Amino acid sequence: MATKEIEQLVAREYEHGFVTDIEADTIAPGLNEDVIRMLSAKKDEPEFMLEWRLQAFRHWQTMQEPTWAHVNFNPIDYQSISYYSAPKSDADRPKSLDEIDPKLIETYNKLGIPLREQEMLAGVAVDAVFDSVSVGTTFKAKLAEAGVIFCPFSEAVHKYPELIKKYLGSVVPYRDNFYATLNSAVFSDGSFVYIPKGVRCPMELSTYFRINASNTGQFERTLIIADEGAYVSYLEGCTAPMRDENQLHAAVVELVALDNAQIKYSTVQNWYPGDENGVGGIYNFVTKRGACRGINSKISWTQVETGSAITWKYPSVILQGDNSVGEFYSVALTSNYQQADTGTKMFHLGKNTKSTIISKGISAAKGQNAYRGLVRIGPAAENARNYTQCDSLLIGDKCGAHTFPYIEVKNPTAKVEHEASTSKISDDQLFYCRQRGLSEEDAVSLIVNGFCKQVFKELPMEFAVEAQKLMEVSLEGAVG
Amino acid sequence: MLEIKDLKATVDGKEILKGINLNIKPGEVHAIMGPNGSGKSTLANILAGRNGYEVTGGSINYNGHALVDMEPEIRAREGIFLAMQYPIEIPGVSNIYFLKNAVNEVRKHHGESELDAMDFMKILKEKMKLLEMKNELIYRAINEGFSGGEKKRNEILQMLLLQPKLAIMDETDSGLDIDALQTISKGVNSLRSAERSFLMITHYQRLLNYIQPDFVHVLARGTIVKSGGKELAAQLEQEGYAFLDNAEAI
Ligand SMILES: Nc1ncnc2c1ncn2[C@@H]1O[C@H](COP(=O)(O)OP(=O)(O)O)[C@@H](O)[C@H]1O
Ligand SMILES: [Mg+2]
Repeated sequence: MATKEIEQLVAREYEHGFVTDIEADTIAPGLNEDVIRMLSAKKDEPEFMLEWRLQAFRHWQTMQEPTWAHVNFNPIDYQSISYYSAPKSDADRPKSLDEIDPKLIETYNKLGIPLREQEMLAGVAVDAVFDSVSVGTTFKAKLAEAGVIFCPFSEAVHKYPELIKKYLGSVVPYRDNFYATLNSAVFSDGSFVYIPKGVRCPMELSTYFRINASNTGQFERTLIIADEGAYVSYLEGCTAPMRDENQLHAAVVELVALDNAQIKYSTVQNWYPGDENGVGGIYNFVTKRGACRGINSKISWTQVETGSAITWKYPSVILQGDNSVGEFYSVALTSNYQQADTGTKMFHLGKNTKSTIISKGISAAKGQNAYRGLVRIGPAAENARNYTQCDSLLIGDKCGAHTFPYIEVKNPTAKVEHEASTSKISDDQLFYCRQRGLSEEDAVSLIVNGFCKQVFKELPMEFAVEAQKLMEVSLEGAVG
Repeated sequence: MLEIKDLKATVDGKEILKGINLNIKPGEVHAIMGPNGSGKSTLANILAGRNGYEVTGGSINYNGHALVDMEPEIRAREGIFLAMQYPIEIPGVSNIYFLKNAVNEVRKHHGESELDAMDFMKILKEKMKLLEMKNELIYRAINEGFSGGEKKRNEILQMLLLQPKLAIMDETDSGLDIDALQTISKGVNSLRSAERSFLMITHYQRLLNYIQPDFVHVLARGTIVKSGGKELAAQLEQEGYAFLDNAEAI
């Protein structure tokens, strides 16, 4: 990756400007204890929440940004970020789609996104009566009937403080890593989900339907708890490229599965990757971790990553309960100047724990894609099993794929299998498709979709179809 | 339909085709025979537009177009089909999805409406029956784990679906048992018409017993050294290619 482009990218970092004119509801850029107190006060948070934030902040001040990831960017000035801003007033937002980058609109159209949703995604000021509100209301009623809690994190802090106190930071402690600690100190909002004992959540939960989802993007915090025997499938993100003025995103997601519970967490991440010169994209530094705390519990992460300028992300599973199962299915595509360092960690602690890792990395144009995976089998994890398959596909000869598998086995009964492959889309495959009448671009996306199939089939149906379309759009112009 | 004039081509700087002349009219079936390495596949690949070959002389005219200027997919949509000697595997892409896409690309090119899943399925089933193909093959990834014979059947299935104007078959018969050869020939023969032309590359006369050619050409060391009717094939079968060495000597 040419450092020059990165420099340019970073140089533009604040061009779009974080809210600088001092409205009543905005805290000036910078980070110190006062800012955190102010932020917590604005959200009217209980004392325990503020204490937790402050602890995290104090710890954060002792930490260094990690440098080990296979990505390249200039230092971020954390003092120039504004850590709280209330939803923008309509006056500050684009008035119509005409004010939005035509390329973005073109992509929306290719993905078949309705006009109304395009406006929402692009942050256009729309009428207060918003279509999804009514959708939201009916599905809230259905969830309430089942006893499922699904609400903004900020609401949960007030309504369910006991659950928050018990589980917040129980999977990703506030000291965990630089970005997670920063998030713990300043998190804006996010989702809270609790599925009671024995309940199978009656529908797929999606952030897309979450009311008041706006403006929580930068330091989002999600906590999902599946109580004994519960099941939930949670969908995060959206295939449409999201525009956001905040360049740095440092989210935290914590999952807790108790005895016999199952959580399926699917993500399609398509943050703005920057233009074809690598300018203006999002930095996505996320900490996602699930704890299979109970026996026979199961957590699956499925992710399709096509967006962001830089992605740094390792959804992980702690396999504590005996017979628990962790799964990670991932497709990461990098094109133009995108960089992704992603993978997973599977910590086997309990007996007969099993994990499966299927990672598909695709690099096109000048994209750099790294898989980093850790499989750790603890001394008490009798008969633990891991299967890892890690495939890279290169499109063109200016891109790169890198694999960093780490395996630590402390129990002799463990069985760990690792398979890796790197392939190029072969000329023969392209010719075969073109000889049957497919254009070169269609041929590439066909082959890429085939490559991703093992992962796509793990996605909920509509999501899978969208993901496939998304790959096509993301690969346009990547050939040659 | 196809006029090849003094075609010369190189691979990695090595001249493989040394002046090929061939004329194929609508409805004609031509067979090209010849020893291994004589340039048969090279000719077929150049006609289909595969990378890696450089045309260094001569011309190819296809229905009034200079073929070498056309992208491979345009040639395909304009009716050139190549049943490959070694069909390629594409992991994870289901055969049926691929076939439907291909058919619809060709239809779109001709301004026809795209087939929906139902209509496509109907046509597909019919062709598969003709070729006695197992149903499950269309749901598997393209050619992945197919036996040699299944791959060849799959090539002919595509040919039947795409209804080409010029069908080129590169050693489609190689590695087929007699039953498979018969079914495939049945499929090919069902396509024969006054407008459609065939170029069959083969080593063996036995294919030509099932698909009767109008002309037989012998390709050796990059040129057509002999042309004739179907009786030439029988002669070759009996005498082998030994005469080539004599012909060279003369
Ligand atoms: N891609 C290639 N690279 C190098 N040599 C090739 C390539 N393709 C064909 N050749 C050479 O060209 C000659 C003709 O090959 P081919 O057309 O496959 O013959 P045939 O099909 O008649 O057996 C052979 O000597 C072969 O080795
Ligand atoms: Mg050959």
